Amino acid sequence: MSGVLTQRTGGNARRRDTRVGESAVTRAILTAIALLFLAVFLVAPIVTVFGAAFSKGVGPYWDALHQDETLDAIRLTLLTAGIAVPLNVVFGIAAAWLISKYDFWGKSALVTLVDLPFSVSPVISGLIFVLLFGAHGWFGPYLSEHDIKIIFAVPGIVMATTFVTFPLVAREVIAVMQAQGSDEEEAALTLGASGWQILLRITLPKVRWGLIYGIILCNARAMGEFGAVSVVSGHVRGLTNTLPLQVEILYNEYNFVGAFAVASLLCALALLTLVVKKVAEWSVSARDARRAASPHAKSVAVEACSSFEGVVP
Amino acid sequence: MRFKTRGVLPGFGLSLGYTVSYVCLLVLLPLSAMVIKASSLGPHELWAKVSDERALAAYRLSFSAALAGSLLNAVFGVLVAWVLVRYRFPGRGLVDALVDLPFALPTAVAGIALTTVYAENGFLGSYLSKIGVKVAFTPLGVVMALTFIGIPFVVRTVQPVLEEIDADVEEAAAVLGASRFQTFRRVIFPSLLPALLTGFALAFARALGEYGSVVFISGNMPMRTEIAPLLIVTKLEQYDYAGATAIAGVMLVASFGLLFAVNLLERWARRAEA
Repeated sequence: MSGVLTQRTGGNARRRDTRVGESAVTRAILTAIALLFLAVFLVAPIVTVFGAAFSKGVGPYWDALHQDETLDAIRLTLLTAGIAVPLNVVFGIAAAWLISKYDFWGKSALVTLVDLPFSVSPVISGLIFVLLFGAHGWFGPYLSEHDIKIIFAVPGIVMATTFVTFPLVAREVIAVMQAQGSDEEEAALTLGASGWQILLRITLPKVRWGLIYGIILCNARAMGEFGAVSVVSGHVRGLTNTLPLQVEILYNEYNFVGAFAVASLLCALALLTLVVKKVAEWSVSARDARRAASPHAKSVAVEACSSFEGVVP
Repeated sequence: MRFKTRGVLPGFGLSLGYTVSYVCLLVLLPLSAMVIKASSLGPHELWAKVSDERALAAYRLSFSAALAGSLLNAVFGVLVAWVLVRYRFPGRGLVDALVDLPFALPTAVAGIALTTVYAENGFLGSYLSKIGVKVAFTPLGVVMALTFIGIPFVVRTVQPVLEEIDADVEEAAAVLGASRFQTFRRVIFPSLLPALLTGFALAFARALGEYGSVVFISGNMPMRTEIAPLLIVTKLEQYDYAGATAIAGVMLVASFGLLFAVNLLERWARRAEA
């Protein structure tokens, strides 16, 4: 699936050593078409965001970001991501440990369930929380009796965001953990390490780049979620507006500099996410290269593990 | 298959309990609320809500625009993956990183940016309107937005497969007298196909549910440029929960069907590899 780190680490460094290939002209034409496609669809929107944000100069851009409503939106967005991301990180590590270290009945069903929010429309992700906690929802009468507001309030926004972003950390960490296997963990176990020691000292350092990229991606998506949050927020100004909703409001008021100024913050966050992914990929492939370069250490580890496997039932 | 319910490492009970309860609380409970709400409508009412004229127009647009967008992505995705894996050119790493942009960029930002690019006075829209092509506020604009958000899927599923194809088979084909195009069509393409279909299905599923990037560029005219997720929001704003749930049910069944198809495709791809 798209976006998972480990898929891209294997072949990148490999060079094709062959004389079979396309002519230089064909290469140039194909490259040009591919780059043109990406320029039209990817580069043009980014350039537009920053171009429109700074179209009246730096002063108006700065002013647009210093509106009270925008600052409120930034605060709410930080709060939402600050709750949703840690929840999903803890879940992601637990789920990855479970899925990559054990075989059990119903495992593939669980993996499918973890991926499920990806195939649900963001609008539907918002709707399900309205149906649960809205005025006419399952818990609606109870909530209004006790004067608790979830829909059209901050808790609803946090829940919808958590739902939409919850597979992100889990998927990255599962992919890396499965790829790296459990040899070191099993070795640590025979040396008397406890479960928590193994997790904190061995497994987490091993998967750190997958974890870091998962957190950054989860954070970018949590801060940028629009559809689901739009459904549950009720668009109460200054109270339930996150940054993407603020972009919509400013844009619909024809305040283009303001809308694109706020959008440029989110766009910068997205670009930062891509940089982190690239750095993570480099680090992982550099480490793989180091490991491949020291065959002695590898063979010792393999020997130790194969003898180990014979002991364990 | 070994019939084993545990590995040797500790923490099975804790991680199982935590994961399952989190998934139940956050995913199963809310989704079952929707299923129960939809099934409480009664078959006649449900059918009336599902099949009303405006809803049918919305499904038609959603499905056809998502199909067009993901077909575009299938073609250009293979091309982009091919160029990134096989050719060396300055800035290749940058381009490779950029492919993930639609995955990280908030959809609302993509929406207003694409609308500005393709508006009649926009950067690309002004050229297109000279040759009589209108993009913003037409179904074509919806296709553009759905193409944008689907870009990473085909590229990222095809790329690793392309990296793994050995040069030997291509050399063999060349020795036996195949042209480059014949080699691609008869030798390379069949091994790409499972990954390509997986990427296509993922892009299609994503496009089907997309909301943020489309609402800005589509103009949201009922019967003409209104996508199904937007109709759900409109119904919700009118407090028509039953109507919103009914349409959401149709979309959910469609995306679960696609998810199932993707799982089958991935199994097929793994078998093809083995």
